Amino acid sequence: MSALWTVLRRDLERFAPGGMRGGGALPVLFFLAVAMLFPFAVGPDPTLLARTGGGVIWIAALLAAILPLDRLIEPDIEMGFFDQWALRGIAEESVIAVRMLAHWLSFGPPLMLAALPSAALLGLDGDTLRTLEWGLLAGTPGLAAIGVTVAALTSGLKGGAALAGLLVLPLAVPLLIFGAGALAGGGTSALVLTAAVSLVLVALTPFAGGAAVRAARG
Amino acid sequence: MQACSIEARDLACRRGDRVLFRGLTLAASAGDVVHVTGLNGTGKSSLLRILAGLLPPFSGTVARTGPLGLVDERPALDPALPLGKALAFWRQVDGGRGTDATTLLGLADLLDVPVRYLSTGQKKRAALARLIAQDAAIWLLDEPLNGLDARAVPMIVSLVDAHRAAGGIALIASHQSFDLPGKRMVDLAEFRP
Repeated sequence: MSALWTVLRRDLERFAPGGMRGGGALPVLFFLAVAMLFPFAVGPDPTLLARTGGGVIWIAALLAAILPLDRLIEPDIEMGFFDQWALRGIAEESVIAVRMLAHWLSFGPPLMLAALPSAALLGLDGDTLRTLEWGLLAGTPGLAAIGVTVAALTSGLKGGAALAGLLVLPLAVPLLIFGAGALAGGGTSALVLTAAVSLVLVALTPFAGGAAVRAARG
Repeated sequence: MQACSIEARDLACRRGDRVLFRGLTLAASAGDVVHVTGLNGTGKSSLLRILAGLLPPFSGTVARTGPLGLVDERPALDPALPLGKALAFWRQVDGGRGTDATTLLGLADLLDVPVRYLSTGQKKRAALARLIAQDAAIWLLDEPLNGLDARAVPMIVSLVDAHRAAGGIALIASHQSFDLPGKRMVDLAEFRP
């Protein structure tokens, strides 16, 4: 158990904003950049921005979650970390569960913070912002789970990074439908469904990811 | 040192559609050093990975008691971290029981240097320091002398000798000579299908 704490600390140091010599902050900066550019693309009409802004923030969150995928699993397989953990009796499933938690902590809460200035830029009202934040809280763990699973599945493949991004998008459709649907009048039931989808994904990921890491070992 | 033994029975290894070796039976108990030799591509590394449980054998079984440590060409140390911190990570994972061999292995001056700036031989020595700190009874060493200079080679040999004297097991896969009296040799050419 204490070994897993050590693994979690290492993961957080690597993925958190400020880790990886600044690379950890990229998803949040990317998210803010998308939210800032959107008004330039569609024009400054406040009603249009307020109506579409929540959806844009969801798309930005989805894209930001894809950015760190190539660094999530593959380097640790290549450098022999997973082998050394296996020799010490630390199961791949446990490492993947810890990695999912670290990945979510490094982009979920920062995105929820970054959603505040983004909502101001897009002119979202208080109610929409509240629904948006609850939706992100319910949906980003699911995005983290999909990211970790896909990163484990594509590790060792040629062009795995690009493929990972492409694979995440369709898998994230249920989260996007319910998460963004809550903004379009779905209300609490849409939020609950988002959380349910997230929970299923979070529960499956350690097993899917662990099996993928073992298969990649070959 | 904990009680340890490792026994492989009738192992066969297949990579792709080629069988590399078959019918390999091997047993080692406390105090044994086994040197696995063979030309490139005869399955030395695969044998060690099968013994470590990282690769399923094509057929046959492996039974072992005692914790096991592996040093191969991948040091499992974070390239961006200073060597001292990278080794400290594994010390914490292992519970900090084993001995700190960084000074013995000539790494004391390199603890502040990021792992990515280390040479091949220095990384190999760092991996050995990780292994010694792990306090494992069974050592699997895949080409432990690759990249090491003339001064480091006898040092590694004496480390293996000390490990054997303390009641450990060492299995060494190497095409280089490993100058240790009393070791057993296994030539994988004898097990070619």
